Amino acid sequence: MSEVTIAPLSAIPPGEGRNFEIAGRRLAVFHTRCGNVYATQAECPHKQGPLADGLVGGCVLICPLHSWKFDLANGQPLLGDCRIETYPARLNDRQQIVVSLPS
Amino acid sequence: MKKQNLVVIGNGMAGARAVEEILARGGGDRFQISMYGDEPYGNYNRILLSNVLNGSQEESEIFLNPLAWYRENNITLHAGVRAETILRKTRVVLSDDGNGEPYDKLIIATGSSSFIPPIEGLYASDGAYKQGLFVFRSLDDCREIAAYAQGRGRALVIGGGLLGLEAARGLQNFGLEVEVVHRAPHLMNQQLDAQAGAILKTTMEKMNVRVHLKANAIRALGAEHVDGLVLEDGRTLACDLIVVAAGIRPNIELGKRSGLAVERAIVVDNQLRSISDPNIYVVGECAQHRGAVYGLVAPLWEQAKVLADHITGANPNAAYNGSKVATKLKVMGVEMASMGVSEPQDENDEIVQFTEPKKGTYKKLIIRDGRLIGAILLGDISKSAYLTQAFDREAPLPDDRIALLFDIGAPAKQVTVEDMPADTQICNCNGVSKGALVACVKGGKRSPKAVMEATRAGMGCGSCKKLVGEVIEWACGGAVEDDPSVHYYVPGVPLTKPELIKACRERNLRSVSQVFQALAEGKEDPASKPGLASLLATIWAGEYEAESDARFINERIHANIQKDATFSVVPQMPGGVTNPAQLRRIADVAEKYRVPMVKLTGGQRIDLLGVKKEDLPNVWRDLDMPSGHAYGKSYRTCKSCVGTEFCRFGVGDSTSLAIRIEDFMKGLDSPHKMKMATAGCPRNCSEAMVKDFGAVAVEGGRWEIYIGGAAGAHVRKGDLLCTVASEDEVLKYMSRFVQYYRENAKYLERTYGFVERVGIAKIREVVVDDSEGIAERLEKDLARSSAAYRDPWKDLVNAPGPNQFHSVLTVIQ
Ligand code: SRM
Ligand SMILES: Cc1cc2nc3c(=O)[nH]c(=O)nc-3n(C[C@H](O)[C@H](O)[C@H](O)COP(=O)(O)OP(=O)(O)OC[C@H]3O[C@@H](n4cnc5c(N)ncnc54)[C@H](O)[C@@H]3O)c2cc1C
Ligand code: SF4
Ligand code: FES
Repeated sequence: MSEVTIAPLSAIPPGEGRNFEIAGRRLAVFHTRCGNVYATQAECPHKQGPLADGLVGGCVLICPLHSWKFDLANGQPLLGDCRIETYPARLNDRQQIVVSLPS
Repeated sequence: MKKQNLVVIGNGMAGARAVEEILARGGGDRFQISMYGDEPYGNYNRILLSNVLNGSQEESEIFLNPLAWYRENNITLHAGVRAETILRKTRVVLSDDGNGEPYDKLIIATGSSSFIPPIEGLYASDGAYKQGLFVFRSLDDCREIAAYAQGRGRALVIGGGLLGLEAARGLQNFGLEVEVVHRAPHLMNQQLDAQAGAILKTTMEKMNVRVHLKANAIRALGAEHVDGLVLEDGRTLACDLIVVAAGIRPNIELGKRSGLAVERAIVVDNQLRSISDPNIYVVGECAQHRGAVYGLVAPLWEQAKVLADHITGANPNAAYNGSKVATKLKVMGVEMASMGVSEPQDENDEIVQFTEPKKGTYKKLIIRDGRLIGAILLGDISKSAYLTQAFDREAPLPDDRIALLFDIGAPAKQVTVEDMPADTQICNCNGVSKGALVACVKGGKRSPKAVMEATRAGMGCGSCKKLVGEVIEWACGGAVEDDPSVHYYVPGVPLTKPELIKACRERNLRSVSQVFQALAEGKEDPASKPGLASLLATIWAGEYEAESDARFINERIHANIQKDATFSVVPQMPGGVTNPAQLRRIADVAEKYRVPMVKLTGGQRIDLLGVKKEDLPNVWRDLDMPSGHAYGKSYRTCKSCVGTEFCRFGVGDSTSLAIRIEDFMKGLDSPHKMKMATAGCPRNCSEAMVKDFGAVAVEGGRWEIYIGGAAGAHVRKGDLLCTVASEDEVLKYMSRFVQYYRENAKYLERTYGFVERVGIAKIREVVVDDSEGIAERLEKDLARSSAAYRDPWKDLVNAPGPNQFHSVLTVIQ
């Protein structure tokens, strides 16, 4: 595992997601309205929908293309056939998003 | 084109279904339809008579087409009238009321009658049945049995087949002691083998139905009314009433008399036409196809489809190739399903069998070359859906034979529904597949009742209802409606739409996050966000606090997301009117940003498809045209025809009206899309009668206003709201209706659903007659929303959200 600081929290408006590319790996990173951050794989396992463009509420993410639902905390599917990869994410004391990636 | 006369003889399950199928193929425009039915009712589901008899359903629940249906579809129904003669030369049907109907095409769907075995003493001196003797075929039979059974003690049923057993169980409902007299050595000998028959007998006797086998009735006793039955072996069984359920005979006299080829039934070709007369079609139990005569509904549904395809010309090559039949017994307390043969046909046929007589369980499969050719399931029919499908399709069976009989080691129900392929037939009566149910749920029907009504699944014999329910539940992802949340405006806030509007107003809630805080204990539900955003925008107009994350991506970024995460851009083009300068700009933009496809939309404007997220602001800036809102749950566009300005028929200026409408309506949030059109004359070139709102100019400077029209997934002609004398009035009633819809429709309810649900009469009262005194307020509120409009493209170009147009941000380590 290696920790990477990817952006200030303000790079993502509350309730939305953005895609980040880190050393060739793409992640979708979300900033929920209650102030948590989450990181997942960027593309939906169904048909590669852009997860960062999905709707987020609490810990739940809805893919914008065909509405598969996932739990942001653990990647489990809430509607749909398979899970998504998740990566530990946190805020550091300077309100920056830090993601742990397997090395 | 002058309509042809289509006459249908027989208003039972096959006749009425054939007509429905014909109407579904536009046959109403082609044919003037009249029907003869000698039962004095609309059409009902004969199968469910067993349930009416046993008291589990009311008569009123089994009607498929009430009399109003015939009126609404412009069908002349001669109810209670018998067709007597077909004059084939002059093509006229004569009936017992002394009238006649000329026909161009004729459909015979006379069904069957109960077969009465040659038993002495059944008839009274006047030739009618003795009192207390009944058959079991029609609603009237059911009523007569019920009336007579009151207060009597003992009933006999002649016949131990499907119908006889259902009748027997039904008669118990009246407190009668019931015995079944069956000629063959075991029960249901058409469908079961001896062993299954024996188990079924034990099961029936446990439920207090006595069964006499190898019992041949020869004489009924009693002078005016029956009071006993003598069997061939000399025994006499005392009784108060007898129900004969000894089989059926097709009603073929009419066919015979008019010289059609008749064997066991009227002989038809693969298009269901009598082989003697191409103008006469025959469908249902009175038809004989390739030697087979059917006595179940599934085949006649298939026949009705082919008949309709052929007679309407929808598919002149449609052909019926016979049906495979499967049966279920509808006797409370007995689970039985059977299909195909009941015994092996030669020594190579494989038998897979399981018996547990104590529990009344018996399963037997007959397999040839790895495919199912017959099955009997008794006591436990959990595998019947799978087996029926394998049988129907002649699909190869898995080698693990035991898995065909049992779900081993797993409470596999859930898995089963999920694993079923989409084309698995769930309702065999009506031929409804899992895929069709799922599509219906996706189409917005979320309660079992709504889905069943829309697909007809479960509305045949009803034996699949449980499975249908499971599939619906699965398709809804557990969110089946029937729980209170059906009535909520959005699932995540436990309030109906009026309650929610009230709460938002009273508590001054202006953003979606405030609503979750105040009304849902702070619990955010992502699926509820767009609905709430739409409603708040409607309530607060310009004072609504927009939150970008509450919107679906399309309305966040004001473009329609495509399957590859690019977007489409549709600029405004009011009334479909454009000019060379605009076209040139669009062309330049398309070239500059290498737009993969430029397309004219069905909404009369131009779509630039496949635009990259990064390019959106630049594309908009270069286009310098306002958004066409082709992406939102909002007003979309107003199509128009050429109108008075150029068209030689135009009587109203449809283009300028469309432009006014667009200008007023642009971007307005609403429960679902709103599409409009104006037409310069009743030729209606812009299809205004099938829009959410349409205005059609008519002679005399007047406009007809249509609402609730649709021609997408659902096709519906709009209802005429009113006719008005000026363009201003069109805008006035449009404002009232649109605002009423915005305030009262459920989220994602199109006007075609809304107008149908609320009713055009009620809407007219409120919108035109102002019965609630709110008309002026409706106009004002819509005007307020309209005035609050801002072009989102300009706003986004000037002030995008953080990283809003970056499809990916690169992190440099
Ligand atoms: C672009 C266009 C097709 C075209 O090239 O002509 C189109 C494209 C889509 N239509 Fe449509 N519809 C288009 C005209 C129509 C029309 C015709 C019309 O507007 O006169 C209809 C029938 C009229 C109606 O809406 O009743 C139509 C009935 C639908 C429906 C069925 C709605 C219904 O309830 O019956 C959907 C599905 C839905 O809304 O859930 C749909 C959905 C869609 C979506 C938005 C599907 C989606 O969510 O991605 C398509 C977007 C494609 C894309 O990737 O951009 N589209 N669609 C048309 C845009 C018109 C415009 O300029 O605004
Ligand atoms: C109690 C009961 C339970 C059943 N259960 C099942 C079941 O579980 N599953 C299953 O698949 N099937 C079942 N069936 C069989 C099913 O109901 C029939 O296969 C089906 O109704 C046949 O349809 P049809 O239109 O051919 O005949 P019908 O439905 O009998 O319709 C024929 C109509 O034509 C009318 N008619 C006849 N001659 C004339 C004339 N000359 N002029 C005017 N009208 C005329 C008749 O009165 C009748 O209304 C059951 C039947 C009964 C009676
Ligand atoms: S009909 Fe409409 S929704 Fe379907 S593919 Fe065409 S554009 Fe897309
Ligand atoms: S691509 Fe995500 S649900 Fe289809």
